[in-house]
Amino acid sequence: MTLRADLELMSRWIEPNAALLDLGCGDGVLLDTLTRDRGVVGFGVEIDPELVADCIERGLNVIHQDLDDGLADFGDAAFDYVVMTQALQAVPHPHRLLRDMVRVGREAIITFPNFGHWRTRWALAIGGRMPITETLPHPWYSTPNVRLCTVRDFEELCAIEHVSILERVMVDQRHRSNAMMQRLPNLLGEIAVYRVAAQ
Amino acid sequence: MPTDTGVGLVQARQLHFDTPLELECDATLPAYDLSFETYGSLNAEASNAILICHALSGDHHAAGRHRPEDRKPGWWDNCIGPGRPIDTDRYFVVCSNNLGGCSGSTGPASTNPATGRPWGPDFPMVTVGDWVRSQARLADALGIERWHAVIGGSLGGMQALDWTIRFPRRVQRAAVIAAAPKLSAQNIAFNEIARHAIRSDPKFHDGRYLEQGDVPGVGLRLARMLGHITYLSDDGMRARFGRDRRADQARFNFDVEFEIESYLRYQGESFVNRFDANTYLLMTKALDYFDPAQDTGDDLAAALAPASARFLVVAFSSDWRFSPKRSREIVRALLARKKRVSFLEIESDYGHDAFLMPIPLYHRALAGFLETPA
Repeated sequence: MTLRADLELMSRWIEPNAALLDLGCGDGVLLDTLTRDRGVVGFGVEIDPELVADCIERGLNVIHQDLDDGLADFGDAAFDYVVMTQALQAVPHPHRLLRDMVRVGREAIITFPNFGHWRTRWALAIGGRMPITETLPHPWYSTPNVRLCTVRDFEELCAIEHVSILERVMVDQRHRSNAMMQRLPNLLGEIAVYRVAAQ
Repeated sequence: MPTDTGVGLVQARQLHFDTPLELECDATLPAYDLSFETYGSLNAEASNAILICHALSGDHHAAGRHRPEDRKPGWWDNCIGPGRPIDTDRYFVVCSNNLGGCSGSTGPASTNPATGRPWGPDFPMVTVGDWVRSQARLADALGIERWHAVIGGSLGGMQALDWTIRFPRRVQRAAVIAAAPKLSAQNIAFNEIARHAIRSDPKFHDGRYLEQGDVPGVGLRLARMLGHITYLSDDGMRARFGRDRRADQARFNFDVEFEIESYLRYQGESFVNRFDANTYLLMTKALDYFDPAQDTGDDLAAALAPASARFLVVAFSSDWRFSPKRSREIVRALLARKKRVSFLEIESDYGHDAFLMPIPLYHRALAGFLETPA
């Protein structure tokens, strides 16, 4: 099985034998890979009970809960890394979750769809409608993505919340990257991948 | 063997223990018997044994039938057997009747060797910890140094939890299902009403009803009816019974009219025929007393510090006896000590009883938990 490209990218950041918390871990593919390949000691959090059972069948540690309820059950600095892929834009209180993530993890790794990408800007500015793209395929009335933000928005939130940005990589829908995306991240990057920590 | 036959015909076994067992209440049982059943076979390394701990009114007959004509199989037959989640093709499954029980293990209905009469109310109070220590002796006798898993629902889950603290090296996996780290005031209140019903029955005779050739049936029936209300959920009761009546017209008397009345009376009646009132009193007290954090200043995480098992904690959405919130207390304490734990809340209308139901997602998770490395 090949790892999804964004997961591949993140797994490069994660040191061997680290303690890792994966928020919205799905069927546990990232955790499973990191556990086997890197000796990571991992926990997952997942809201879908069928996916929780998938994780259990893989022998993973997984907690069935809604991320909206926060991470109160996890202690301060309990993990080396807290990872959340493509979920920040779907929770009702992203700022609280960000705060919780850098409390629970030494570092947090976060990915989200960049609403500042030229294609979404174009759809809104010229089309005059909420953008529907490969990254954001849902119509406005049924989208789970209720807290969309741009690269600049997110970095402003980090500043407000006293969160340091350690690294940023912009990628496209297929998780390919190039120098232009890094130079004009908010315009050319479709998906933002951040490594952050509490200041 | 086809999977739909289960474990087939089974026989209860009994072991006599004559090493005195010092109980938490300071009394000592000089000798005792434990009734138990086993399913599947123990492998050469004795590494595939699973202990099933039963709940309040359960016993050692967890799976299969004693006679082909038995109307019902053991209480957890849907989960134990070839190809079932607790797969007897892979595991050697042990289930014993708790000490103080009334299904063959020494209890209040047994003869007190000191008097030659039934123990009755003189049978000492037993605790979850006492049960676990007696189960450890059973494990010794069966040549099981370490359990592949200890599994229990409700009061059984409390035993599984106690095992991981008391004998951390003897438990590789613990499944704590529909349980709580200790009873709430409301839980104790329900138990107290049940006990009061039994003890105020004129036929209770201060617990010496067996010597009088009597049974405190009214009290025991009431206790069971009350219990059953707490095992079901409001939605579940509504779906199953609603306001259905046995006859179309109201009869304006106190006979059974609504289906729920009929159900409760039936459950109460059949319980009186199979269960001992003194055992019911003891089991409810064991529930009330259970509190692993009492020696660690109410710090459950500290109490769980010795545990080394991998945990699966399962709760059911409509269980209000031991709600998912109570299971989360266990999970939180385990996480605080960085124990390996998974938690799953199953959507179900069955209330507390859900842990006995063959809910596919629940069974899939349990099977997966058991077959993955510890």
